[in-house]
Amino acid sequence: MSDTTQNGPMLAADGTTLKRSLARSLRREKTRALLLISPLLFFVFLSFIVPIVSMLFRSVENSIVQDTLPETVVALQSWDAQSGELPDEDVYAAFVRDMLVAIDEKTHTRLGSRLNYEETGMSSMFRRSGRQIKRLDPVEDAPFKDKLIEIHDGWGEVQTWAVIKTHSVQYTDGYFLNAIDMQRTVDGPAVQPENKQILIQLFWRTLQMSLIITGFCILLGYPVAWILANLPMRTANLLMILVLLPFWTSLLVRTSAWKVMLQQQGVINDVLVWLGMVDDAARLIIINNQIGTIIAMTHILLPFMILPMYSVMQTIPPTYLRAAKSLGASNWTAFWRVYFPQSVPGIGAGSILVFILAIGYYITPEIVGGTKGVFISNRIAYHISSSLNWGLAAALGTILLAAVLILYWAYDKIVGIDNVKLGG
Amino acid sequence: MGTIQLKGVEKWFGDLQVIKGIDLRIEEGEFVVFVGPSGCGKSTLLRMISGLEDCSRGTIEIDGQDVTDKLPSERELSMVFQSYALYPHMTVGENIGFALKTAGMSKSDIRDRVEQAAQVLELTDYLDRRPKALSGGQRQRVAIGRAIVREPKAFLFDEPLSNLDAALRVQMRFEISKLHDDLKSSMIYVTHDQVEAMTLADKIVVLKGGEIMQVGSPRELYEHPQNLFVAQFIGSPKMNVLAANSLKGAALADGVTHVGIRPEHLELVAEQDAHIEGDIEFVEYLGADTFLYLRTGAGDQVLVRSLSEQTFPRGERVFLRMKDGKSHSFGENGQRV
Repeated sequence: MSDTTQNGPMLAADGTTLKRSLARSLRREKTRALLLISPLLFFVFLSFIVPIVSMLFRSVENSIVQDTLPETVVALQSWDAQSGELPDEDVYAAFVRDMLVAIDEKTHTRLGSRLNYEETGMSSMFRRSGRQIKRLDPVEDAPFKDKLIEIHDGWGEVQTWAVIKTHSVQYTDGYFLNAIDMQRTVDGPAVQPENKQILIQLFWRTLQMSLIITGFCILLGYPVAWILANLPMRTANLLMILVLLPFWTSLLVRTSAWKVMLQQQGVINDVLVWLGMVDDAARLIIINNQIGTIIAMTHILLPFMILPMYSVMQTIPPTYLRAAKSLGASNWTAFWRVYFPQSVPGIGAGSILVFILAIGYYITPEIVGGTKGVFISNRIAYHISSSLNWGLAAALGTILLAAVLILYWAYDKIVGIDNVKLGG
Repeated sequence: MGTIQLKGVEKWFGDLQVIKGIDLRIEEGEFVVFVGPSGCGKSTLLRMISGLEDCSRGTIEIDGQDVTDKLPSERELSMVFQSYALYPHMTVGENIGFALKTAGMSKSDIRDRVEQAAQVLELTDYLDRRPKALSGGQRQRVAIGRAIVREPKAFLFDEPLSNLDAALRVQMRFEISKLHDDLKSSMIYVTHDQVEAMTLADKIVVLKGGEIMQVGSPRELYEHPQNLFVAQFIGSPKMNVLAANSLKGAALADGVTHVGIRPEHLELVAEQDAHIEGDIEFVEYLGADTFLYLRTGAGDQVLVRSLSEQTFPRGERVFLRMKDGKSHSFGENGQRV
């Protein structure tokens, strides 16, 4: 054959070098694989990554002031907010020009709502002034300073202009500062007035309650998982259905059931009163507070703890315990020194699952939590749907996400993520 | 120290009786092997001795003390499991020292004893490794090490070699035998492999269906099986069993229905001296020996061990005679006559 006498590269059937033809066919294969998963990839991108990134972006994005009042923002740059004096006529004139455009495009009310997050009253001020500024002419009606102050007292206050100046940046840390009970002022970040400080407390409470719920889930779930893993298969399957049954019931139904159980005229109180353990006049308050949230959420999240524990415990051979006992260990030592260490991965997996679910839980605390038992997620929901302060909601969400990631990292450092098993 | 006495021991699982009244005495320093087909109750019996299973009836005494109701931890026995049951979250050293730590021994004492055991079992280099990083034979040695550091009254082995490959099994068999010579403590060893039983035991207990079929030294069992089951279970290849009426000219006592003869106790003879005749169906050449598989006129298969000097064509008719005094006679109920 000529191949053996030639020293050139090996050739494929179509005359290209073998290396290139191999690379080409590999590339074709990869493309085909990519095409197969592309619908899913596209779906995940569109429904998961894009919303998250846009939400994260929303927590710092703040172009509305600049976009709506471009000339005013430029004019305000030369004004010293700390001087205690009102800005001069230039600013007012620029403001009127900007407002006329904004009123025309109906964007001034949106700006009003945005600034209202920072200073209450701004929203109505913009809306009301808008109606009168519309009648002004940018050239003939000058000067504007007194006229504007006449339209609304707010324009004569230094604070108003300071707020506009402070929040005129394109990207702001204001939402994040708000999220940790601080605010952006002309003097830089400052602590919120005491009556407005609720979010740090709420974060702290969310963290604490999630830990308590995780702890209760471990305490209640461990024995159940142990029984499940040690019963004969048929009985275990029956018991497993009892564990899973709540899983198949609607979350709302389960939470509402707890409402029926726990309220002051509810089943538990009635029974206790009937037994004479609690006085009718002093029925227990176990709902619409933290206790209610903890009870209901522990119940709801318990399967997430039991299932990973169960699947890990199932893999621990019974001979381990037998061997320990035959080597002179008492039941307790055998359990504590042999069984427990091997069930730790299950506890770890369950705890991560329950904790992460708990920290972002919304429906249950909303229904049974009252005011004292709500979580940070309820606050986020409030800002998304009621106050429409999406920027703050996004900042809170980002902090929550970061907190979970940090805790996950800490867990990895302390216990090691290899030590987490969902089974097998 | 180390005598174990079973008196009328029974085990019931609900209505099912798996151990049917066992009386057995194990002397100090004896190596006793429980052997039997799977499901004969040998492992259950071992677990009952260790205390991992309760006795439904009967008593178990260790060194004259009734331990029937005592916890496994109070019986001062050590068990080695088929699956080794080494703890994956502990190092080899911690595994070996487990029993000592449980007993509350001081750290330095534990280290001394563990190192001593490791030396005996050639595990010194592996003490800091996890069991996962060891080979099957090494794991088995760790399991044994874990049992010996405790200096128990007796060792219990539950099919310890059945997870090993053939070559390793022979080697570990030898090591266990050596260990017994060194430690001189009582050992009870459960296996379904009669070769292991024959090679290791001072005393073999053959079990079937929860009952003892025969107790005796390997030689006793081989040379004087008390019943058909033991006759066929002990010895490899199996003993030939033929219906008494198919034998020509053998002098048999009354009531003998079956005659057992080991393959090596048959000799090729001329037609007029023969007890058995048959056609060669298959020939197995093993070097020193050749096994002939015959089919008799009655349709029974007979195995003959012969020296390899002669060659046999397949299909040839051969005539066999049982060596004098080497045959075993069994009655209708399968018992020796």
